[in-house]
Amino acid sequence: MLVRARGLTKRFEDFTAVAGIDFDLYRGEAFGFLGPNGAGKSSTMRMIGCVSPPTSGELAILGLDPVRDGSAIRARLGVVPQEDTLDVELTVRENLLVYGRYFGLPRKVIRERTAALLDFVQLADRAADKVDPLSGGLKRRLTIARSLINEPEILILDEPTTGLDPQARHVVWDRLFRLKQRGVTLILTTHYMDEAEQLCDRLVVMDHGRFAAEGSPRDLIARYCSPEVLELRFDPELHEQAGDKLKDFPAERAELLADRILLYVTDGDEALAAVRETGLEPLTSLVRRGTLEDVFLHLTGRRLED
Amino acid sequence: MVRAFQCWLTVYRRIWRSSIWSSVLGPLFYLGALGFGLGTLVNKHGAASLGGVSYLAFVAPAILASGAMNTAMGEASYPVFGSVKWNRIYLAAQATPLRPGDIYRGHLMFMTMRIAMNTALVTVYIWAFGATRSPWVVLAWPAATLTGLAFAAPIAAWAVLLKTETTFAYLFRFVMMPLMLFSGTFFPLSQLPGWLRAIAYVTPLWHGVALCRGLSLGTANLPGALVHVAYLAVLAAAGIWAGGRSYRRRLYV
Amino acid sequence: MSSAASRMLPPTGRMLPPAGRLGRLRRAGTDAGSLRLIERHARAYRHAWLVFASGVFEPLLYLLSLGLGLGVLIGKVPGPGGRLVPYREFVAPGLLAVSSMNGAMYDSTFNVFFRLKYAKLYDAILATPIRPAQLALGEIGWALIRGAIYAVAFTLVMLALGLVHSPWAVLAVPGAVLIGFAFAAVGMAGTTYMKSWQDFDYVILASMPLFLFSATFYPLSVYPRPLQVIIECTPLYQGVVLLRDLVLGAPGPGLLWRAAYLAALGLAGLLVTGRRLARLLLV
Repeated sequence: MLVRARGLTKRFEDFTAVAGIDFDLYRGEAFGFLGPNGAGKSSTMRMIGCVSPPTSGELAILGLDPVRDGSAIRARLGVVPQEDTLDVELTVRENLLVYGRYFGLPRKVIRERTAALLDFVQLADRAADKVDPLSGGLKRRLTIARSLINEPEILILDEPTTGLDPQARHVVWDRLFRLKQRGVTLILTTHYMDEAEQLCDRLVVMDHGRFAAEGSPRDLIARYCSPEVLELRFDPELHEQAGDKLKDFPAERAELLADRILLYVTDGDEALAAVRETGLEPLTSLVRRGTLEDVFLHLTGRRLED
Repeated sequence: MVRAFQCWLTVYRRIWRSSIWSSVLGPLFYLGALGFGLGTLVNKHGAASLGGVSYLAFVAPAILASGAMNTAMGEASYPVFGSVKWNRIYLAAQATPLRPGDIYRGHLMFMTMRIAMNTALVTVYIWAFGATRSPWVVLAWPAATLTGLAFAAPIAAWAVLLKTETTFAYLFRFVMMPLMLFSGTFFPLSQLPGWLRAIAYVTPLWHGVALCRGLSLGTANLPGALVHVAYLAVLAAAGIWAGGRSYRRRLYV
Repeated sequence: MSSAASRMLPPTGRMLPPAGRLGRLRRAGTDAGSLRLIERHARAYRHAWLVFASGVFEPLLYLLSLGLGLGVLIGKVPGPGGRLVPYREFVAPGLLAVSSMNGAMYDSTFNVFFRLKYAKLYDAILATPIRPAQLALGEIGWALIRGAIYAVAFTLVMLALGLVHSPWAVLAVPGAVLIGFAFAAVGMAGTTYMKSWQDFDYVILASMPLFLFSATFYPLSVYPRPLQVIIECTPLYQGVVLLRDLVLGAPGPGLLWRAAYLAALGLAGLLVTGRRLARLLLV
């Protein structure tokens, strides 16, 4: 077991960011924290990264105590923070060289790893460039390469693809997936469904500092969502009226969003026909399978991007 | 242009408190240390080289003019660069109907206001310390402000184009510092070797210092003063022309 | 020694023993953390070596302007023990002290603030085994190395201009570094309390009167007695006198007091900085 937490709590003056969570993390798995902004994901990550002492509860990382042995633990972690903290006064290659030195690694080892890592994140041709003019996607890749310089046992990623364009996200996912294949343990936070579904073996849904649910993406969907979802969009004038009418509709659950109405049902087409029979005529309708987003809506009553 | 100026006023209203102390006390410190402290040493031997006036009377108008330069360089360097790179005030202003030239002139107007505020204060100090020999000293105020503008306009025009802020270190070390030390500020140019004196005569700060000193000591003559004013005005005008162009180059991309 | 120890260790802590000899060695390895930061700064300055080199010119220009230009107007002034010395010999050690203060303050305030709030350099570094106290030590160590280089250069210039008359002047370099240490540590401690760039006005407001009034440009005797006492309490005045006594070859027992004062100031600043950085960054 790499990380063990019991009743882990983080308070900032009058605000409780993490309200007593329990989890265990095993070698080789990819573990995700899913939740809206302010759910306590980043605070949890900072505690695991040994840069934020827990207020109360137990936390053991690699069998060590993060407050007493923070330095020794950090030597074995890789961290990709939410905002890039690259060294803008240095070149791409120097960022890795200097960062490796922070770990006390010998220069020869760092040089070898730097070459390999720059290849791995496809930045070898930019090695001599300054960091500042790089695009967001390239900076992210460099940050990932930097976090691997000490061959960490655990890689901590805080919203690794937030703010990247779709193409850059796919490149990052691909590289993270390869790391996972190589047996690196990943801990990541995200508020993107697709990211969680692609990368995580196991995930927790976090809200208001607590876990709302825990399991594999597939488990969670099976447990908290109907097989199909019917999305209906009405004329904004009629939106609320339609919502009232559908309140008693025979569905597992109905969700009234600001712009759409979601009906959780077993058969979407059948349900759509039934809606039309009540005299409602949606502007558009869509039948789709349940996703993690629906799980999240169910558990927290909020959409993820909020 | 006026709207861009008002935007800077709003910013200034938020931060004026922090710069007020160094604006108010800074020149007092300099006048005290140089005019009175160092003055006691200079007055013993050097009064003759100063044309018979006290060191305080000699150095005070130089502190006025070089202070204007300092304010100008401070306001036209990091704040201009930062408005593109850090807080992006310019980029926000660009999303409004303001044109790059308006943004430049609005900001320059604000810088001129800051320079005029500081020079007004120093002029009052000079008068209060009895360091002046002539009522013409009231004109030293606009003269020093013009000196500041002659620095602010071209420097802002240049600063907006910079890629990295480290370049300002060169401005302060290789331009501001030598100008402040060798433009007839702390000692008369007659102490310098001839070739260095020739260089000093073409620097803008020397013209500013000579103009302010002439007005404060009442030794200025009209043709001489006009040459100084014309030199500084040409520099300011050239800066303003260049600024319109450089802002357009940087902000229309 | 400690950096050699870290080099012997396996690169990753995959088999970290909880305690024992290897464990101690590893901890010794990370204690070299402050050196790693210095290494980083040295590398960063390779991209801005001209800025680094230009730091030598500032005190030189002052020396030329005041010592040679103004010196002629002033003639001789009373130096250590009331002995009359040419003005340029009087002002040169004072300028060395002042530039040591200014250099250290600049490094430890503006640069540290930028790294703390904008570049997020320390956030990145604290994700590695380096600890906040090592950060503080590294920053101040760098300021001192830089200050020592400038001090050597300035002392050599003084020598070349014939402003040095005593072998004691060799000690002016460590003396200047000590001044740098005191101001770097205090400056950095102050920086950890700053919220925005506007707060730097207070740095200027503190360093300007020190720069101007610490008997750098003229002897203390120009002041009335009560003012003299106040100025004698300021660290820069003690630094100026320390260097002036050394360069003009009149060291006395007071030298040790002055050095102890500056060292104590620096240690206090270092202590505060280490604690404050931990509180700011480890939340």
